Amino acid sequence: MIEIGLGHYLTFGAIIFSIGTLGIFLNRKNVIVILMSVELILLAVNINLVSFSIYLQDITGQIFTMLILTVAAAEAAIGLAIIVSYYRNRGSVRVEEINEMKG
Amino acid sequence: MIAHALFFYFFSIIAILSAIMVIVSRNTVHAVFFLILDFISIASLFILIGAEFLGMMMIIVYVGAVAVLFLFVVMLLNVSEQKLSWFRGSRKTKHIPIGLAVGAVILLELIVVVGGWKYRDTFSETKFLNFEKDFTNTHAIGNVMYTEYIHLFQISGLILLLSMIGAIVLTYRKREGVKRQNYFTQVGREREDSIKLVEVESGKGINLDD
Repeated sequence: MIEIGLGHYLTFGAIIFSIGTLGIFLNRKNVIVILMSVELILLAVNINLVSFSIYLQDITGQIFTMLILTVAAAEAAIGLAIIVSYYRNRGSVRVEEINEMKG
Repeated sequence: MIAHALFFYFFSIIAILSAIMVIVSRNTVHAVFFLILDFISIASLFILIGAEFLGMMMIIVYVGAVAVLFLFVVMLLNVSEQKLSWFRGSRKTKHIPIGLAVGAVILLELIVVVGGWKYRDTFSETKFLNFEKDFTNTHAIGNVMYTEYIHLFQISGLILLLSMIGAIVLTYRKREGVKRQNYFTQVGREREDSIKLVEVESGKGINLDD
């Protein structure tokens, strides 16, 4: 318990990842919360990469974390732009009302 | 060691609780606030574990840009208060137990993987590139990023450019009735279109308003 090792960080990342996936599954409110859950999932991946990078003494994991950070920022910008243009057309971002594609 | 454990449990418990609050809070603005708290706790964990540069970068990029963008969109779209209660749609669906079950299975699998995971004996003794003890974290990252990973670095710049163009294209709206400069008609104007030479007889004058 006192000795914090790699396993603690990996478990923590797993918990954050599961919370993110639960947020995607259970959400019926609006799409913005789903985007936030995607951010949580990417954050869990970052935790894994950084903790492996530190414990294996290899800097490459931190480089890849930075690339994931870039992709997450780009994804948030594009997703929010899609939400804004959808809201402009339909006047709502509720998940259950988005059914044009009958998915 | 004890300080490390104390800080680890402190920040990780705050991060997990705020992550739960992100997905269950009714008000979307509160969800964004908890997302910011989550980002800051995890950045503190990164600093604690020894990746200072990434921790600071997380605060700058996530809290400074992404979370503010979320907050901006939430307030712009006026979707902050949802009338219906927690997770419940207006139609009856059975997604809650199925979603909870699938999420529990995912967590169980990940915990099993982490708990059953073992180092190969020589794994941690392998020499990897560019992790020198006398460098700072920023120095080590910069040493590798602009040499070994220069192409990935440039591609990530291209991704950012692409997302910028994409966001502008998606949200651009052509407005009617706005006067704007049109370079092509401006430059492509001919002399014959705009100037007319008129013979004026002396003493009579000319009426131009025909």
